[in-house]
Amino acid sequence: MSEPLLAVENLCVTFASEHGAHAAVSQVSFSLRAGEALGVVGESGSGKSLTMLSLLQLLPNGASAAATRAQLGERELLRLSRDQLNSVRGREIAIVFQDPLTALNPVLSIGRQITEVLRHHFNLEPAPARLRAVELLTRVGIPDPALRMNQYPHEFSGGMRQRVTIAMALAGAPKVLIADEPTTALDVTVQAQIVSLIADLLQQTGMGVIWVTHDLALLARIADRVLVMFAGRIMESATCEELFTRPQHPYTQSLLSTLREGRTATTGGEAPMVSHADPAPVGCPFAPRCAWVMDICRATVPVMTPAAHGGQVACWKVTR
Amino acid sequence: MSTGPMFDARALTVAFGRSRVLGLRAIDLTIATGETLGLVGESGSGKSTLARSLLRLNRASAGSIRFQGRDITRLQGTPLRALRRQLQMIFQDPFSSLNPRLSIGRAIAESLIIHGLARGSEIQERVAASLAMVGLPATLASRMPHEFSGGQRQRICIARALCCRPQFIACDEVLSALDVSLQGQMLDLLARLKHQLGLTYLFISHDLRVVQRISDRVAVMYLGRIVELAATAELYAHPAHPYTGALLAAIPTPDPLIERARRFVALPGELPSPARPPAGCAFHERCPKASARCRTELPPLADIAPGHKVACFHPN
Repeated sequence: MSEPLLAVENLCVTFASEHGAHAAVSQVSFSLRAGEALGVVGESGSGKSLTMLSLLQLLPNGASAAATRAQLGERELLRLSRDQLNSVRGREIAIVFQDPLTALNPVLSIGRQITEVLRHHFNLEPAPARLRAVELLTRVGIPDPALRMNQYPHEFSGGMRQRVTIAMALAGAPKVLIADEPTTALDVTVQAQIVSLIADLLQQTGMGVIWVTHDLALLARIADRVLVMFAGRIMESATCEELFTRPQHPYTQSLLSTLREGRTATTGGEAPMVSHADPAPVGCPFAPRCAWVMDICRATVPVMTPAAHGGQVACWKVTR
Repeated sequence: MSTGPMFDARALTVAFGRSRVLGLRAIDLTIATGETLGLVGESGSGKSTLARSLLRLNRASAGSIRFQGRDITRLQGTPLRALRRQLQMIFQDPFSSLNPRLSIGRAIAESLIIHGLARGSEIQERVAASLAMVGLPATLASRMPHEFSGGQRQRICIARALCCRPQFIACDEVLSALDVSLQGQMLDLLARLKHQLGLTYLFISHDLRVVQRISDRVAVMYLGRIVELAATAELYAHPAHPYTGALLAAIPTPDPLIERARRFVALPGELPSPARPPAGCAFHERCPKASARCRTELPPLADIAPGHKVACFHPN
């Protein structure tokens, strides 16, 4: 098997406050191969976005990341200097965010924003950079690209803006593309367009994509493998088909039954509110909402263990 | 209780701004007493405008709205205010729809005070009763909005809408800001309240899965018009309008085998600008079945089966 593009082991993100450190992401490990689409699903506050931001050193103030390994090719992502970061961000690993309107600068033309990336990474002169930018806009399906280059973000629809941010992400020809809820703000019809666009790009470029979403059903369409996150931890990982046909973790099962039957099967209550004042939780974070909770679940955090479906699961009920 | 429709809108048209851009174009719609009518369509299709117009939050520029048989299109002043007690709305964002400086008890009590429905200790009792209906203890009434999670805030907004005992609630994307596991709970809550209190809902969502679960009938909107209307099971099983078909096909199914087998083709293009609507059927530019007639002539919303209306010259 080929070396993974990206290998992350035991990634933790902690927030420091006057009440001490609080872990928002704990012991997250995963890898991504070239041409692979890895789906990451979780509710708000599950740590899925923080995990991704930490890889680009984009964490908010007060948060810090540590990992045994967060390796992209030869580089250790969490140990990059500022200069190194500038050559890695956008060039090796790029990100597309949920809200394209805040991701774009409202006072710069679209063309200026894309050529900026090209000039930074490839030292292109203005004319060839412009040519290349038009190519990129064409590739992401924007009609009249030469005309659109001179327009500003407010002149684009939501779906077209998201295509622009995808074009910007592609400008550096990255090895890894992180798509952080890129279709959440869009209509289903436009979501379907963006999904097929990214699937096509994946095939053409061979880059690896990490698709972060709260919508598990969407991953059935695009992901090769899926990580299920809850309260800052990975609960289950498996190939897409196995996860949907033989989910092992009670949380995954409840997500799927919500989607399929429209019922909340096991899960009363919301994801635990992350509060700095709370003591560090003991045991499995899903225990308060789990229908099969046992004594051990409230006492000890289950670790990721190989499961029957060939993936891994962190659950005492499954592993015992 | 009357057996007639709760709402009866005829040729309801709403224009915005000096250029009179049409947000709603000659909508004919009835909402039966006690039903839940789902309303779907892309952003900009006019879903919220329709809800707001029925509630008299937008001014109708043409057409009429009857509520329980009474024409309310031009109602003003005290009678309009009295009407507002009957008609409530819950919004998408439970963060911006609660005043951060009012305790939630005070926010809920506000409508009671405005409408003069309760006084003194009775206010507290009604607030406590509303909170209980949405599963929150009355002891929380003195807390401020920031102390609650998104799901709890949405419950508070529901309690506020219920407090003056309305007959009709427009739910505008009330689940969109919530996580999937919470959406199920909230749907159960809305269904239970409807049953207990005999409410009528207009349920707006861009999420067709959610609409399917709660609605008796579903209306599909496109560029300010209703293009299809049918009982929920009928609409999802036999979508007649190509747009409805495309919307349903765009929903991901939680099954990778189905998803991969069907070689999905995305609907091209986007909703046209309401300022420059296409001639004929507004959908013709994106429609795989469009003919010459569709480019010039507007298809009327007509019955194709009992209770199933569609505005298309080439229905499926």
